[in-house]
Amino acid sequence: MSDLFTSLANAIALIRDGDVVALEGFTHLIPFAAAHEVIRQGRRNLTLVRMTPDLICDQLIGAGCAARLVFSWGGNPGVGSLHRLRDAVEKGWPAPLALEEYTHAALANAYEAGASNLPFGIFRSHRGDLALENPKFRTLQCPYTGQELTTVPAMRPDVAVVHAQKADSEGNVLVEGIIGVQKQVVLAARTAIVTVEERVDHFADVHPNACVLPHWTVDAIAVVPGGAAPSYAHGYYERDNAYYIDWEKLSADRSSFLQWLDQYVLSRAVPA
Amino acid sequence: MSYTPDELMTVAAARLLNNEHVCFVGIGLPSAACNLARLTHAPRLTLIYESGTIGTQPTVLPLSIGDGELCTRALTTVSVPEIFRYWLQGGHVSIGFLSGAQVDRFANLNSTVIGSYAHPKVRLPGAGGAPEIATGCGEVFIVMRQSPRAFVPRLDFMTTLGHGEGGTHRSRLGFDTKGPTKVITDLCIMEPHPQTKELTVTSLHPGVTIDRVKQATGWDVAFALNLTETVEPTPCELKALRDLQARTAAAHAG
Repeated sequence: MSDLFTSLANAIALIRDGDVVALEGFTHLIPFAAAHEVIRQGRRNLTLVRMTPDLICDQLIGAGCAARLVFSWGGNPGVGSLHRLRDAVEKGWPAPLALEEYTHAALANAYEAGASNLPFGIFRSHRGDLALENPKFRTLQCPYTGQELTTVPAMRPDVAVVHAQKADSEGNVLVEGIIGVQKQVVLAARTAIVTVEERVDHFADVHPNACVLPHWTVDAIAVVPGGAAPSYAHGYYERDNAYYIDWEKLSADRSSFLQWLDQYVLSRAVPA
Repeated sequence: MSYTPDELMTVAAARLLNNEHVCFVGIGLPSAACNLARLTHAPRLTLIYESGTIGTQPTVLPLSIGDGELCTRALTTVSVPEIFRYWLQGGHVSIGFLSGAQVDRFANLNSTVIGSYAHPKVRLPGAGGAPEIATGCGEVFIVMRQSPRAFVPRLDFMTTLGHGEGGTHRSRLGFDTKGPTKVITDLCIMEPHPQTKELTVTSLHPGVTIDRVKQATGWDVAFALNLTETVEPTPCELKALRDLQARTAAAHAG
């Protein structure tokens, strides 16, 4: 068996205070169990990168792990606000949080540029007023046509954290369903940590065009069944939409959030 | 058959879509309208969500843009960079269906902040896919509930370009797509004036007066000379919408 396989605690110990950590999974395969271990290990001053911060960043921010958030859509999908994110931005609780805001297309291009070893991503966009707030939006004149195009710097995180369905015994990782930016973030990052639903000897009946991350592109794999809940893992379990709806009330208040944090994260046994 | 203003808005928005359209769907009101169209008069309508699902046919409305059913009931699912680069920016999407917290007279949208960016009164989720949907799709339909807080003389923040400052501003900025061509509200339908691009009321919903629309609009809104009345929802449309919403509520209750 590959020595990539390790405990969740050992895998997450690759993250250091102050790192730029991209936890991806576009609504699907969100690495919640990994984030909870980041909270238990007490990491601080992280720059969190996620296109849709979702509940996972709300929890990391509320637990005091983050100093900066890089994102492109910061809501609770279909429900409302992320209250821990807003409390940090508006009131500095539990710590001030700087924002670096993009559009989805901008961050997707930044990841793709990072994975492609290019210094910046290039795309067509009007940018709107966001360019006034985020000076990393720049423009470039096409050397062939003279058209003005928008650029953003490549996203090269210190650490990528993703969840996936399966790893085989060599440590190759299979991602199925909504694949989001899973491949791009792993290839763009210096270090890649993967949690999976299960380890199998071999992938059976995998389509030749399946999204597979070869074992030599990842640095640590932890088998964590249910590691994406309350988001979902295609083929294993569904998105817990009721949980997302309930988070609205639970997270609106600091004390109920802290109670949740203690009960469901801090005093929970670490998955082996 | 009686109906609510929201139901009429969703039905009127759904009627804009046809079987030939390839539609990039925003979450919320646009998603309801697009799926109603697919379940009624436009069964071959192609729906695309920014999670990368192409040709999806969900049985209930997704809570998020990446619910599992969007993928299992899609023709194919691609990565997020691919959906934005090849399919949207590549010019393969005819319609973008959007909403927002604020719209101005030239159909520019705000979904970022109310108040100032540094010290917002209300921090909204932000841009997501909207800015590039609005410039990359052939044309854009907007669906929003109408009130003076939402239909404002000046946006607190311009997240998404509509017709900019009006006239030819949009094309002068380098975008040759049409931009917003219809705004559907719970009171009326607006379309940009052919030259000035200022939103003009072209159809009033049944029972809605000109004064009511004026009161719900934060600028001195213009009305078309040949103002029409929106056709009421049919019992068939209402049943399809209510069944869809009932299935959705049951599915998300967990």
